[in-house]
Amino acid sequence: MKRLLPLYVIAIYAFLHVPLLILCGFSFNSSKFTVWEGFSLVWYEAMWNDGALAEATLNSLVIAVVSTVVATAVGTLGAYGLWKKNSRLLSGSMYLSLVTPEIITGIAMLATFQWAFRYLHLQLGMTTVILAHVTFSMAYVLLVVMARLRTADPALEEAALDLGATEWQAFRLVTLPMLKPGIAAAALLAFTVSFDDYVITALVAGVDSETLPMVLYAMARRGANPVVSAISTVIFVGLGLLIVVSERLQKA
Amino acid sequence: MSELILEGIYKDFPTHRVVDGITLTIPQGCFYSLLGPSGCGKTTTLRMIAGFDEPDRGLIKLAGRTLNGLRPYERPVTTVFQSYALFPHLTAAENVAFGLRRRKDPDTAKKVRDALELVQLSAKADRLPAKMSGGERQRTALARALVLEPELLLLDEPLSALDPALRKQMRVELKELQARVGITFLFITHDQEEALSLSDRIAVMHQGRIEQMGSPQEIYLTPATRFVAGFLGAVNWVGDVGVRPELTRISRERPPSGMRVKESTVSSAMFLGDCFRVEAQTAAGQSLVAQIAHGLGQFERGERVHLWWDPSDEMALPE
Repeated sequence: MKRLLPLYVIAIYAFLHVPLLILCGFSFNSSKFTVWEGFSLVWYEAMWNDGALAEATLNSLVIAVVSTVVATAVGTLGAYGLWKKNSRLLSGSMYLSLVTPEIITGIAMLATFQWAFRYLHLQLGMTTVILAHVTFSMAYVLLVVMARLRTADPALEEAALDLGATEWQAFRLVTLPMLKPGIAAAALLAFTVSFDDYVITALVAGVDSETLPMVLYAMARRGANPVVSAISTVIFVGLGLLIVVSERLQKA
Repeated sequence: MSELILEGIYKDFPTHRVVDGITLTIPQGCFYSLLGPSGCGKTTTLRMIAGFDEPDRGLIKLAGRTLNGLRPYERPVTTVFQSYALFPHLTAAENVAFGLRRRKDPDTAKKVRDALELVQLSAKADRLPAKMSGGERQRTALARALVLEPELLLLDEPLSALDPALRKQMRVELKELQARVGITFLFITHDQEEALSLSDRIAVMHQGRIEQMGSPQEIYLTPATRFVAGFLGAVNWVGDVGVRPELTRISRERPPSGMRVKESTVSSAMFLGDCFRVEAQTAAGQSLVAQIAHGLGQFERGERVHLWWDPSDEMALPE
Protein backbone atom coordinates (compact mmCIF):
# COMPACT_ATOMS: atom_id res chain seq x y z
CA MET A 1 0.00 0.00 0.00
CA LYS A 2 2.79 2.38 0.99
CA ARG A 3 4.60 1.81 -2.29
CA LEU A 4 1.42 1.88 -4.36
CA LEU A 5 0.36 5.32 -3.18
CA PRO A 6 3.24 7.28 -4.82
CA LEU A 7 2.70 5.28 -8.02
CA TYR A 8 -0.98 6.17 -7.93
CA VAL A 9 -0.18 9.86 -7.51
CA ILE A 10 2.34 9.73 -10.35
CA ALA A 11 -0.25 8.02 -12.57
CA ILE A 12 -2.84 10.72 -11.86
CA TYR A 13 -0.40 13.53 -12.57
CA ALA A 14 0.74 11.79 -15.76
CA PHE A 15 -2.86 11.38 -16.87
CA LEU A 16 -3.47 15.09 -16.27
CA HIS A 17 -0.25 16.56 -17.60
CA VAL A 18 1.32 14.26 -20.19
CA PRO A 19 -0.85 15.54 -23.09
CA LEU A 20 0.20 19.07 -22.21
CA LEU A 21 3.86 18.06 -22.04
CA ILE A 22 3.59 16.41 -25.45
CA LEU A 23 2.04 19.59 -26.84
CA CYS A 24 4.85 21.63 -25.25
CA GLY A 25 7.46 19.29 -26.69
CA PHE A 26 6.17 19.50 -30.26
CA SER A 27 6.06 23.29 -30.09
CA PHE A 28 9.88 23.12 -30.10
CA ASN A 29 10.01 20.61 -33.00
CA SER A 30 11.52 21.82 -36.26
CA SER A 31 9.14 19.63 -38.26
CA LYS A 32 5.52 20.56 -38.96
CA PHE A 33 4.48 16.97 -38.27
CA THR A 34 4.28 14.88 -35.11
CA VAL A 35 7.69 13.33 -35.72
CA TRP A 36 10.63 14.71 -33.75
CA GLU A 37 13.26 16.20 -36.07
CA GLY A 38 15.19 18.55 -33.83
CA PHE A 39 14.91 21.58 -31.53
CA SER A 40 13.75 24.84 -33.06
CA LEU A 41 12.05 28.09 -32.08
CA VAL A 42 10.64 28.57 -35.57
CA TRP A 43 7.01 28.19 -34.44
CA TYR A 44 7.46 30.73 -31.69
CA GLU A 45 8.84 33.10 -34.27
CA ALA A 46 5.85 32.42 -36.52
CA MET A 47 3.53 33.02 -33.57
CA TRP A 48 5.28 36.29 -32.76
CA ASN A 49 4.91 37.56 -36.33
CA ASP A 50 1.28 36.53 -36.74
CA GLY A 51 -0.81 39.73 -36.74
CA ALA A 52 -4.17 37.99 -36.34
CA LEU A 53 -2.91 36.10 -33.29
CA ALA A 54 -1.60 39.29 -31.71
CA GLU A 55 -4.92 41.02 -32.22
CA ALA A 56 -6.86 38.08 -30.81
CA THR A 57 -4.55 37.95 -27.79
CA LEU A 58 -5.04 41.63 -27.13
CA ASN A 59 -8.83 41.19 -27.45
CA SER A 60 -8.77 38.24 -25.04
CA LEU A 61 -6.70 40.18 -22.49
CA VAL A 62 -8.91 43.28 -22.68
CA ILE A 63 -12.05 41.17 -22.34
CA ALA A 64 -10.62 39.11 -19.48
CA VAL A 65 -9.31 42.12 -17.52
CA VAL A 66 -12.45 44.24 -17.92
CA SER A 67 -14.88 41.40 -17.19
CA THR A 68 -12.77 40.24 -14.21
CA VAL A 69 -12.75 43.72 -12.64
CA VAL A 70 -16.49 44.20 -13.15
CA ALA A 71 -17.49 40.64 -12.18
CA THR A 72 -15.29 40.69 -9.06
CA ALA A 73 -16.64 44.03 -7.83
CA VAL A 74 -20.29 43.25 -8.58
CA GLY A 75 -19.99 39.61 -7.48
CA THR A 76 -18.31 40.45 -4.16
CA LEU A 77 -21.00 42.97 -3.26
CA GLY A 78 -23.62 40.45 -4.39
CA ALA A 79 -22.14 37.74 -2.20
CA TYR A 80 -22.11 40.16 0.74
CA GLY A 81 -25.76 40.99 0.13
CA LEU A 82 -26.77 37.33 -0.15
CA TRP A 83 -24.87 36.55 3.04
CA LYS A 84 -26.67 39.35 4.91
CA LYS A 85 -30.02 38.26 3.50
CA ASN A 86 -29.22 34.64 4.33
CA SER A 87 -31.73 33.22 1.85
CA ARG A 88 -31.21 29.64 0.82
CA LEU A 89 -33.32 30.02 -2.29
CA LEU A 90 -31.30 32.98 -3.58
CA SER A 91 -27.88 31.44 -2.89
CA GLY A 92 -28.99 28.05 -4.17
CA SER A 93 -30.13 29.52 -7.47
CA MET A 94 -26.55 30.71 -8.04
CA TYR A 95 -25.60 27.11 -8.77
CA LEU A 96 -28.14 27.08 -11.58
CA SER A 97 -25.95 29.29 -13.73
CA LEU A 98 -22.99 26.95 -13.11
CA VAL A 99 -24.80 23.78 -14.14
CA THR A 100 -26.47 25.33 -17.18
CA PRO A 101 -24.63 23.98 -20.27
CA GLU A 102 -22.50 26.70 -21.83
CA ILE A 103 -24.10 26.27 -25.21
CA ILE A 104 -27.50 27.08 -23.71
CA THR A 105 -26.15 30.09 -21.82
CA GLY A 106 -24.56 31.27 -25.08
CA ILE A 107 -27.70 30.87 -27.14
CA ALA A 108 -29.76 32.57 -24.42
CA MET A 109 -27.38 35.52 -24.40
CA LEU A 110 -27.38 35.77 -28.15
CA ALA A 111 -31.18 35.81 -28.12
CA THR A 112 -31.17 38.48 -25.40
CA PHE A 113 -28.74 40.67 -27.30
CA GLN A 114 -30.67 40.33 -30.57
CA TRP A 115 -33.86 41.25 -28.75
CA ALA A 116 -32.18 44.25 -27.11
CA PHE A 117 -30.66 45.41 -30.40
CA ARG A 118 -34.15 46.15 -31.69
CA TYR A 119 -34.26 48.99 -29.16
CA LEU A 120 -30.60 49.91 -28.83
CA HIS A 121 -28.20 50.90 -31.57
CA LEU A 122 -25.70 48.18 -30.81
CA GLN A 123 -24.24 45.19 -32.56
CA LEU A 124 -22.31 42.07 -31.62
CA GLY A 125 -18.74 42.95 -30.68
CA MET A 126 -16.43 43.59 -27.73
CA THR A 127 -19.27 45.03 -25.62
CA THR A 128 -21.48 41.99 -25.97
CA VAL A 129 -18.57 39.61 -25.32
CA ILE A 130 -17.59 41.53 -22.17
CA LEU A 131 -21.23 41.58 -20.97
CA ALA A 132 -21.49 37.83 -21.51
CA HIS A 133 -18.20 37.18 -19.72
CA VAL A 134 -19.22 39.35 -16.76
CA THR A 135 -22.42 37.33 -16.51
CA PHE A 136 -20.89 33.88 -16.34
CA SER A 137 -17.75 34.75 -14.36
CA MET A 138 -19.82 36.63 -11.76
CA ALA A 139 -21.43 33.33 -10.73
CA TYR A 140 -17.97 31.94 -9.91
CA VAL A 141 -17.07 35.08 -7.95
CA LEU A 142 -20.30 34.87 -5.96
CA LEU A 143 -19.73 31.25 -5.04
CA VAL A 144 -16.08 31.67 -4.05
CA VAL A 145 -16.70 34.80 -1.95
CA MET A 146 -19.81 33.27 -0.36
CA ALA A 147 -17.79 30.22 0.66
CA ARG A 148 -15.36 32.54 2.43
CA LEU A 149 -18.18 34.50 4.11
CA ARG A 150 -19.81 31.34 5.38
CA THR A 151 -16.75 30.60 7.50
CA ALA A 152 -16.66 34.16 8.86
CA ASP A 153 -17.79 35.07 12.37
CA PRO A 154 -21.00 37.13 11.98
CA ALA A 155 -20.06 38.93 15.20
CA LEU A 156 -17.10 40.64 13.49
CA GLU A 157 -19.18 43.38 11.89
CA GLU A 158 -21.19 43.81 15.06
CA ALA A 159 -17.93 44.19 16.96
CA ALA A 160 -16.87 46.94 14.54
CA LEU A 161 -20.20 48.77 15.01
CA ASP A 162 -19.90 48.30 18.74
CA LEU A 163 -16.49 49.99 18.70
CA GLY A 164 -17.80 53.04 16.89
CA ALA A 165 -17.57 52.15 13.19
CA THR A 166 -20.45 53.00 10.88
CA GLU A 167 -21.88 50.24 8.64
CA TRP A 168 -19.71 51.42 5.74
CA GLN A 169 -16.56 51.53 7.90
CA ALA A 170 -17.33 48.07 9.26
CA PHE A 171 -17.54 46.74 5.71
CA ARG A 172 -14.43 48.56 4.49
CA LEU A 173 -12.20 48.05 7.55
CA VAL A 174 -13.25 44.60 8.71
CA THR A 175 -15.25 42.58 6.20
CA LEU A 176 -13.35 43.55 3.06
CA PRO A 177 -9.84 42.85 4.47
CA MET A 178 -11.09 39.56 5.85
CA LEU A 179 -12.45 38.63 2.40
CA LYS A 180 -9.28 39.63 0.54
CA PRO A 181 -7.92 36.08 -0.04
CA GLY A 182 -11.35 34.94 -1.24
CA ILE A 183 -11.70 37.95 -3.54
CA ALA A 184 -8.23 37.31 -5.01
CA ALA A 185 -9.06 33.66 -5.64
CA ALA A 186 -12.39 34.66 -7.19
CA ALA A 187 -10.73 37.22 -9.48
CA LEU A 188 -8.17 34.65 -10.64
CA LEU A 189 -10.94 32.18 -11.40
CA ALA A 190 -12.96 34.85 -13.23
CA PHE A 191 -9.90 35.75 -15.29
CA THR A 192 -9.19 32.16 -16.33
CA VAL A 193 -12.80 31.27 -17.18
CA SER A 194 -13.03 34.43 -19.25
CA PHE A 195 -9.68 33.94 -20.96
CA ASP A 196 -10.40 30.40 -22.11
CA ASP A 197 -14.09 30.56 -22.91
CA TYR A 198 -14.91 29.50 -26.45
CA VAL A 199 -18.55 28.44 -26.77
CA ILE A 200 -20.33 31.50 -25.38
CA THR A 201 -17.77 33.90 -26.85
CA ALA A 202 -18.07 32.44 -30.35
CA LEU A 203 -21.85 32.92 -30.22
CA VAL A 204 -21.88 36.55 -29.09
CA ALA A 205 -18.67 37.82 -30.77
CA GLY A 206 -18.66 40.15 -33.77
CA VAL A 207 -16.11 40.79 -36.48
CA ASP A 208 -13.93 43.04 -34.28
CA SER A 209 -13.91 40.76 -31.25
CA GLU A 210 -12.25 37.49 -32.22
CA THR A 211 -10.60 36.06 -29.13
CA LEU A 212 -7.56 33.83 -28.79
CA PRO A 213 -9.53 30.59 -28.23
CA MET A 214 -11.56 31.36 -31.36
CA VAL A 215 -8.45 31.86 -33.49
CA LEU A 216 -6.75 28.80 -32.02
CA TYR A 217 -9.83 26.68 -32.66
CA ALA A 218 -9.98 27.79 -36.29
CA MET A 219 -6.24 27.08 -36.74
CA ALA A 220 -6.44 23.66 -35.10
CA ARG A 221 -9.37 22.67 -37.31
CA ARG A 222 -7.34 23.37 -40.42
CA GLY A 223 -4.93 20.57 -39.37
CA ALA A 224 -1.93 20.06 -37.11
CA ASN A 225 -0.22 23.38 -36.67
CA PRO A 226 2.79 23.74 -34.37
CA VAL A 227 2.00 27.46 -33.97
CA VAL A 228 -1.06 26.33 -32.00
CA SER A 229 1.24 24.24 -29.80
CA ALA A 230 3.53 27.21 -29.28
CA ILE A 231 0.78 29.61 -28.24
CA SER A 232 -0.84 26.94 -26.04
CA THR A 233 2.49 26.53 -24.25
CA VAL A 234 2.73 30.26 -23.68
CA ILE A 235 -0.81 30.41 -22.27
CA PHE A 236 -0.20 27.37 -20.08
CA VAL A 237 3.00 28.83 -18.63
CA GLY A 238 1.42 32.29 -18.29
CA LEU A 239 -1.58 31.03 -16.30
CA GLY A 240 0.73 28.85 -14.21
CA LEU A 241 2.79 31.91 -13.28
CA LEU A 242 -0.41 33.83 -12.46
CA ILE A 243 -1.42 31.11 -10.00
CA VAL A 244 2.03 31.09 -8.36
CA VAL A 245 1.99 34.89 -8.03
CA SER A 246 -1.51 34.96 -6.56
CA GLU A 247 -0.59 32.25 -4.04
CA ARG A 248 2.38 34.37 -2.98
CA LEU A 249 0.22 37.48 -2.71
CA GLN A 250 -2.33 35.67 -0.58
CA LYS A 251 0.32 34.52 1.86
CA ALA A 252 1.89 37.96 2.12
CA MET B 1 -25.39 58.65 37.97
CA SER B 2 -24.84 56.41 34.99
CA GLU B 3 -27.18 53.63 35.91
CA LEU B 4 -28.79 51.38 33.34
CA ILE B 5 -32.55 51.11 33.45
CA LEU B 6 -34.62 48.65 31.45
CA GLU B 7 -38.34 49.40 31.54
CA GLY B 8 -40.85 46.83 30.33
CA ILE B 9 -38.76 45.38 27.50
CA TYR B 10 -40.51 43.01 25.11
CA LYS B 11 -39.07 41.28 22.05
CA ASP B 12 -40.82 38.81 19.75
CA PHE B 13 -39.13 36.50 17.29
CA PRO B 14 -41.22 35.12 14.40
CA THR B 15 -42.02 31.93 16.31
CA HIS B 16 -42.17 33.02 19.93
CA ARG B 17 -41.68 35.79 22.48
CA VAL B 18 -38.03 35.89 23.57
CA VAL B 19 -38.10 38.72 26.07
CA ASP B 20 -41.34 39.02 27.99
CA GLY B 21 -41.42 42.22 29.98
CA ILE B 22 -38.08 42.86 31.62
CA THR B 23 -37.65 45.71 34.07
CA LEU B 24 -34.44 46.18 36.01
CA THR B 25 -32.02 48.79 37.27
CA ILE B 26 -28.27 48.30 37.32
CA PRO B 27 -26.46 50.76 39.58
CA GLN B 28 -23.25 52.41 38.42
CA GLY B 29 -20.10 50.39 39.05
CA CYS B 30 -22.02 47.20 39.71
CA PHE B 31 -20.98 43.74 38.52
CA TYR B 32 -24.40 42.55 37.42
CA SER B 33 -25.17 39.12 35.96
CA LEU B 34 -28.05 37.92 33.84
CA LEU B 35 -28.16 34.22 34.62
CA GLY B 36 -30.32 31.69 32.85
CA PRO B 37 -30.43 28.62 30.62
CA SER B 38 -29.91 28.94 26.88
CA GLY B 39 -32.96 30.37 25.16
CA CYS B 40 -34.08 32.33 28.23
CA GLY B 41 -33.68 35.66 26.44
CA LYS B 42 -30.51 36.87 28.16
CA THR B 43 -28.46 37.23 24.98
CA THR B 44 -31.32 39.01 23.20
CA THR B 45 -31.51 41.41 26.14
CA LEU B 46 -27.80 42.12 25.80
CA ARG B 47 -28.15 42.64 22.06
CA MET B 48 -30.90 45.19 22.62
CA ILE B 49 -28.74 47.12 25.07
CA ALA B 50 -25.80 47.06 22.63
CA GLY B 51 -28.07 48.19 19.79
CA PHE B 52 -27.84 45.11 17.54
CA ASP B 53 -31.57 44.48 18.07
CA GLU B 54 -34.36 46.88 18.94
CA PRO B 55 -37.01 46.04 21.55
CA ASP B 56 -40.61 45.85 20.30
CA ARG B 57 -41.70 47.73 23.41
CA GLY B 58 -40.01 49.26 26.43
CA LEU B 59 -37.27 51.74 27.23
CA ILE B 60 -33.54 51.37 27.64
CA LYS B 61 -31.95 54.24 29.56
CA LEU B 62 -28.33 54.78 30.45
CA ALA B 63 -27.32 57.73 32.63
CA GLY B 64 -30.73 59.29 32.06
CA ARG B 65 -30.43 59.12 28.28
CA THR B 66 -32.73 56.91 26.22
CA LEU B 67 -30.78 54.51 24.02
CA ASN B 68 -33.72 53.24 21.96
CA GLY B 69 -33.22 53.87 18.26
CA LEU B 70 -29.52 54.73 18.57
CA ARG B 71 -27.13 52.79 16.35
CA PRO B 72 -24.57 50.60 18.17
CA TYR B 73 -21.82 53.12 17.37
CA GLU B 74 -23.81 55.90 18.99
CA ARG B 75 -24.13 54.12 22.34
CA PRO B 76 -21.62 54.56 25.19
CA VAL B 77 -21.64 50.77 25.56
CA THR B 78 -19.07 48.19 24.41
CA THR B 79 -19.24 44.43 24.25
CA VAL B 80 -16.99 41.43 24.85
CA PHE B 81 -18.39 38.82 22.49
CA GLN B 82 -18.67 35.12 23.22
CA SER B 83 -16.45 34.38 20.20
CA TYR B 84 -14.35 37.49 21.08
CA ALA B 85 -14.86 38.62 17.45
CA LEU B 86 -11.28 39.86 17.20
CA PHE B 87 -10.46 41.25 13.76
CA PRO B 88 -8.33 38.46 12.28
CA HIS B 89 -6.22 40.73 10.06
CA LEU B 90 -5.24 43.07 12.91
CA THR B 91 -2.72 42.56 15.72
CA ALA B 92 -3.67 42.77 19.39
CA ALA B 93 -2.61 46.43 19.51
CA GLU B 94 -4.44 47.27 16.26
CA ASN B 95 -7.57 45.53 17.53
CA VAL B 96 -7.41 47.62 20.71
CA ALA B 97 -6.77 50.79 18.67
CA PHE B 98 -9.76 50.18 16.36
CA GLY B 99 -12.34 52.09 18.40
CA LEU B 100 -9.96 54.92 19.33
CA ARG B 101 -9.10 55.44 15.65
CA ARG B 102 -12.80 55.74 14.80
CA ARG B 103 -12.96 58.55 17.36
CA LYS B 104 -9.70 60.03 16.04
CA ASP B 105 -8.43 60.00 19.61
CA PRO B 106 -5.11 61.91 19.75
CA ASP B 107 -3.85 59.72 22.61
CA THR B 108 -4.44 56.44 20.78
CA ALA B 109 -0.91 55.08 21.13
CA LYS B 110 -0.71 55.72 24.86
CA LYS B 111 -4.20 54.45 25.57
CA VAL B 112 -3.53 51.24 23.64
CA ARG B 113 -0.34 50.68 25.63
CA ASP B 114 -2.15 51.27 28.92
CA ALA B 115 -5.05 49.00 27.99
CA LEU B 116 -2.73 46.16 26.98
CA GLU B 117 -0.84 46.62 30.22
CA LEU B 118 -4.10 46.52 32.17
CA VAL B 119 -4.80 43.04 30.82
CA GLN B 120 -1.11 42.00 31.03
CA LEU B 121 -0.71 41.64 27.30
CA SER B 122 2.00 44.20 26.54
CA ALA B 123 4.39 41.47 25.38
CA LYS B 124 1.89 40.19 22.79
CA ALA B 125 0.93 43.57 21.29
CA ASP B 126 2.08 42.65 17.77
CA ARG B 127 0.51 39.24 17.65
CA LEU B 128 -2.34 38.32 15.28
CA PRO B 129 -5.40 36.62 16.85
CA ALA B 130 -4.58 33.36 15.05
CA LYS B 131 -1.29 33.19 16.96
CA MET B 132 -2.84 33.82 20.39
CA SER B 133 -4.03 31.40 23.07
CA GLY B 134 -7.66 31.44 24.18
CA GLY B 135 -6.79 33.46 27.26
CA GLU B 136 -4.82 36.02 25.26
CA ARG B 137 -7.72 36.46 22.83
CA GLN B 138 -10.06 37.04 25.70
CA ARG B 139 -7.74 39.64 27.24
CA THR B 140 -7.44 41.41 23.89
CA ALA B 141 -11.22 41.50 23.57
CA LEU B 142 -11.47 42.96 27.09
CA ALA B 143 -8.81 45.58 26.40
CA ARG B 144 -10.46 46.51 23.09
CA ALA B 145 -13.80 47.11 24.79
CA LEU B 146 -12.44 48.80 27.94
CA VAL B 147 -10.06 51.20 26.20
CA LEU B 148 -13.06 53.23 24.99
CA GLU B 149 -14.02 53.84 28.64
CA PRO B 150 -17.67 52.88 28.10
CA GLU B 151 -20.31 53.69 30.67
CA LEU B 152 -21.33 50.05 30.51
CA LEU B 153 -19.45 46.92 29.46
CA LEU B 154 -21.50 43.99 28.17
CA LEU B 155 -19.95 40.53 28.46
CA ASP B 156 -21.64 37.71 26.54
CA GLU B 157 -20.53 34.42 28.15
CA PRO B 158 -16.90 35.54 27.80
CA LEU B 159 -15.48 32.60 29.75
CA SER B 160 -17.35 29.78 28.03
CA ALA B 161 -14.74 29.26 25.28
CA LEU B 162 -11.90 28.71 27.77
CA ASP B 163 -10.78 25.43 29.29
CA PRO B 164 -11.86 24.86 32.92
CA ALA B 165 -8.54 25.76 34.61
CA LEU B 166 -8.16 28.98 32.64
CA ARG B 167 -11.82 29.80 33.22
CA LYS B 168 -11.31 29.81 36.98
CA GLN B 169 -8.22 32.00 36.68
CA MET B 170 -9.92 34.48 34.31
CA ARG B 171 -12.85 34.65 36.73
CA VAL B 172 -10.54 36.04 39.40
CA GLU B 173 -8.90 38.42 36.94
CA LEU B 174 -12.23 39.66 35.62
CA LYS B 175 -13.43 40.47 39.11
CA GLU B 176 -10.20 42.34 39.92
CA LEU B 177 -10.32 44.18 36.62
CA GLN B 178 -13.86 45.37 37.24
CA ALA B 179 -12.93 46.62 40.70
CA ARG B 180 -9.96 48.50 39.23
CA VAL B 181 -11.70 50.22 36.30
CA GLY B 182 -14.99 50.84 38.15
CA ILE B 183 -17.06 50.44 34.98
CA THR B 184 -20.49 48.81 35.24
CA PHE B 185 -20.27 45.21 33.97
CA LEU B 186 -23.33 43.39 32.66
CA PHE B 187 -22.34 39.75 32.51
CA ILE B 188 -24.39 37.16 30.62
CA THR B 189 -23.95 33.55 31.66
CA HIS B 190 -25.66 30.19 32.01
CA ASP B 191 -23.08 29.08 34.58
CA GLN B 192 -24.47 29.58 38.08
CA GLU B 193 -21.08 29.14 39.74
CA GLU B 194 -19.65 31.91 37.56
CA ALA B 195 -22.54 34.23 38.33
CA LEU B 196 -22.45 33.51 42.07
CA SER B 197 -18.71 34.05 42.41
CA LEU B 198 -18.42 37.20 40.26
CA SER B 199 -21.54 39.24 40.76
CA ASP B 200 -22.66 41.97 43.11
CA ARG B 201 -26.21 41.39 41.89
CA ILE B 202 -27.82 38.65 39.83
CA ALA B 203 -31.05 38.52 37.84
CA VAL B 204 -32.17 34.98 37.09
CA MET B 205 -34.01 34.74 33.77
CA HIS B 206 -36.38 32.04 32.61
CA GLN B 207 -38.57 32.01 29.49
CA GLY B 208 -38.04 35.69 28.79
CA ARG B 209 -38.79 36.88 32.30
CA ILE B 210 -36.82 37.72 35.40
CA GLU B 211 -37.66 35.18 38.08
CA GLN B 212 -35.63 36.81 40.82
CA MET B 213 -33.17 39.62 41.41
CA GLY B 214 -30.83 39.89 44.35
CA SER B 215 -27.39 39.37 45.78
CA PRO B 216 -25.76 35.96 45.12
CA GLN B 217 -26.48 34.93 48.73
CA GLU B 218 -30.12 35.99 48.49
CA ILE B 219 -30.88 34.08 45.33
CA TYR B 220 -28.95 31.00 46.44
CA LEU B 221 -30.22 30.85 50.02
CA THR B 222 -33.72 32.25 49.57
CA PRO B 223 -34.79 31.50 46.02
CA ALA B 224 -38.15 32.93 45.04
CA THR B 225 -39.19 30.07 42.79
CA ARG B 226 -38.50 26.37 42.32
CA PHE B 227 -36.82 27.20 39.02
CA VAL B 228 -34.34 29.55 40.69
CA ALA B 229 -33.64 27.06 43.48
CA GLY B 230 -32.99 24.27 40.99
CA PHE B 231 -31.00 26.36 38.54
CA LEU B 232 -28.58 27.62 41.18
CA GLY B 233 -27.82 24.24 42.66
CA ALA B 234 -29.06 20.79 43.57
CA VAL B 235 -32.14 20.58 45.79
CA ASN B 236 -33.75 17.75 47.79
CA TRP B 237 -37.47 18.33 47.37
CA VAL B 238 -39.70 17.01 50.14
CA GLY B 239 -43.26 18.06 49.41
CA ASP B 240 -43.40 21.86 49.39
CA VAL B 241 -39.97 22.40 50.84
CA GLY B 242 -36.49 21.97 49.49
CA VAL B 243 -33.12 21.69 51.14
CA ARG B 244 -29.65 21.88 49.63
CA PRO B 245 -27.55 18.67 49.69
CA GLU B 246 -24.70 20.47 51.49
CA LEU B 247 -27.10 21.36 54.32
CA THR B 248 -28.39 17.81 54.52
CA ARG B 249 -26.64 15.69 57.18
CA ILE B 250 -26.33 11.95 57.44
CA SER B 251 -25.72 9.80 60.51
CA ARG B 252 -26.15 6.30 61.89
CA GLU B 253 -27.23 7.52 65.29
CA ARG B 254 -30.43 9.39 65.94
CA PRO B 255 -30.05 13.15 65.18
CA PRO B 256 -30.72 15.81 67.84
CA SER B 257 -34.34 16.71 68.48
CA GLY B 258 -35.89 19.53 66.53
CA MET B 259 -34.31 18.35 63.30
CA ARG B 260 -36.27 17.15 60.28
CA VAL B 261 -35.38 13.44 59.89
CA LYS B 262 -35.84 10.96 57.04
CA GLU B 263 -35.06 7.27 57.65
CA SER B 264 -33.30 6.06 54.52
CA THR B 265 -31.15 3.38 52.91
CA VAL B 266 -27.89 4.37 51.22
CA SER B 267 -28.15 3.67 47.50
CA SER B 268 -24.82 5.12 46.44
CA ALA B 269 -21.78 6.77 48.01
CA MET B 270 -19.35 8.66 45.80
CA PHE B 271 -16.03 10.25 46.67
CA LEU B 272 -15.82 13.58 44.83
CA GLY B 273 -12.40 14.71 46.02
CA ASP B 274 -13.48 17.64 48.14
CA CYS B 275 -16.47 15.81 49.66
CA PHE B 276 -18.61 12.69 49.69
CA ARG B 277 -21.92 12.56 47.86
CA VAL B 278 -24.27 10.08 49.46
CA GLU B 279 -27.57 9.23 47.86
CA ALA B 280 -30.23 7.50 49.95
CA GLN B 281 -33.79 6.25 49.45
CA THR B 282 -36.55 6.98 51.95
CA ALA B 283 -39.13 4.35 52.84
CA ALA B 284 -41.51 6.14 50.47
CA GLY B 285 -38.99 5.55 47.65
CA GLN B 286 -37.82 9.14 47.43
CA SER B 287 -34.22 9.82 46.57
CA LEU B 288 -32.31 12.36 48.67
CA VAL B 289 -28.72 13.53 48.43
CA ALA B 290 -26.34 14.58 51.19
CA GLN B 291 -23.02 16.18 50.46
CA ILE B 292 -20.73 15.73 53.45
CA ALA B 293 -17.19 16.60 54.45
CA HIS B 294 -14.55 13.87 54.82
CA GLY B 295 -14.48 13.97 58.59
CA LEU B 296 -18.13 12.97 58.85
CA GLY B 297 -17.57 9.29 58.24
CA GLN B 298 -18.03 6.84 55.40
CA PHE B 299 -21.22 5.10 54.43
CA GLU B 300 -21.80 1.86 52.56
CA ARG B 301 -24.43 1.02 50.01
CA GLY B 302 -27.43 -0.68 51.63
CA GLU B 303 -26.74 0.79 55.06
CA ARG B 304 -29.72 2.12 57.09
CA VAL B 305 -29.11 5.77 57.99
CA HIS B 306 -30.83 8.97 59.15
CA LEU B 307 -30.88 11.87 56.72
CA TRP B 308 -31.66 15.11 58.50
CA TRP B 309 -31.49 18.86 58.38
CA ASP B 310 -32.28 21.95 60.35
CA PRO B 311 -35.82 23.16 59.47
CA SER B 312 -34.45 26.73 59.32
CA ASP B 313 -32.40 25.67 56.27
CA GLU B 314 -35.55 24.70 54.39
CA MET B 315 -36.73 26.67 51.37
CA ALA B 316 -40.51 26.76 51.32
CA LEU B 317 -41.47 26.77 47.64
CA PRO B 318 -44.88 25.25 46.86
CA GLU B 319 -45.15 23.75 43.39
